[in-house]
Amino acid sequence: MSSRNSLLALVLMAAAIALVAFYAPEDANQGLSQKIFYFHVPIALTSYACFGWGAWKALRYLWLREERYDLESYVAIHLGVIFGALTLLTGSIWAKISWGVWWTWSSNQLVLFLVLFLFYSTYFMLRFSVEDGPMRANLSAVYALFGVVLIPISFLAIRLANDFIHPTVFTSAGPQMSGSMFATFCVCLAAMLSLAASFYGIELAGKRLDAKLRELRELLAP
Amino acid sequence: MTASEKYVAAAYLVVFVTVLAYVLIIGAKLGRLEREVAELTELAKQRRDG
Repeated sequence: MSSRNSLLALVLMAAAIALVAFYAPEDANQGLSQKIFYFHVPIALTSYACFGWGAWKALRYLWLREERYDLESYVAIHLGVIFGALTLLTGSIWAKISWGVWWTWSSNQLVLFLVLFLFYSTYFMLRFSVEDGPMRANLSAVYALFGVVLIPISFLAIRLANDFIHPTVFTSAGPQMSGSMFATFCVCLAAMLSLAASFYGIELAGKRLDAKLRELRELLAP
Repeated sequence: MTASEKYVAAAYLVVFVTVLAYVLIIGAKLGRLEREVAELTELAKQRRDG
């Protein structure tokens, strides 16, 4: 399953890069720099998806008390933080060329995304400050569930607060871009989601194997 | 190379380097797990042989 996901991610990533480079037209206002949009926004949406998936798994853990959901929630949040860091980095580069600054505190969406990112970054501090066991799993699951509230706030912030700095591309009237731009965006989003799914499968398999080996080592210990 | 081209290249490079670093870390971890499996197999063989 993991190798199939990885192959799909590889094909989609290659297609996404080719479409961004050769198919998507240059934006009339922003020029070439708008091409950052094709990776920046899908990466941000993927990080929301990872945090959401992590929260869903946390809820499943609290509901069913099965240990595997705790590990799945942890891996999803770990990936969400990686994609979140990438969102901030690519966004910062785009901000520098578009607005002339690396960061601005006057954009609600930027600040709320940073809050979301920092919230989930501290998840690891909480998780690893508690000894392995049900207490750690419970605290982590509750924390992951609290964080999910920030996702719709962060996503809708730009619309709720009339933020004029950060551009709004997806409005109630649909995507504000040409068909070829939207098609490229969709392929990029699919590529990022499949990349995250592939990483999720690989990391989870690695962690499960690690746990089994630890168990085996204990059994074989003299 | 124009300033726009440099920034776009930098943004894509950041993504590429991060993905590459992740793959390398996972690769190193798989190497460690492989070594551990070999070690435990050896230990199990020693046990079987007395």
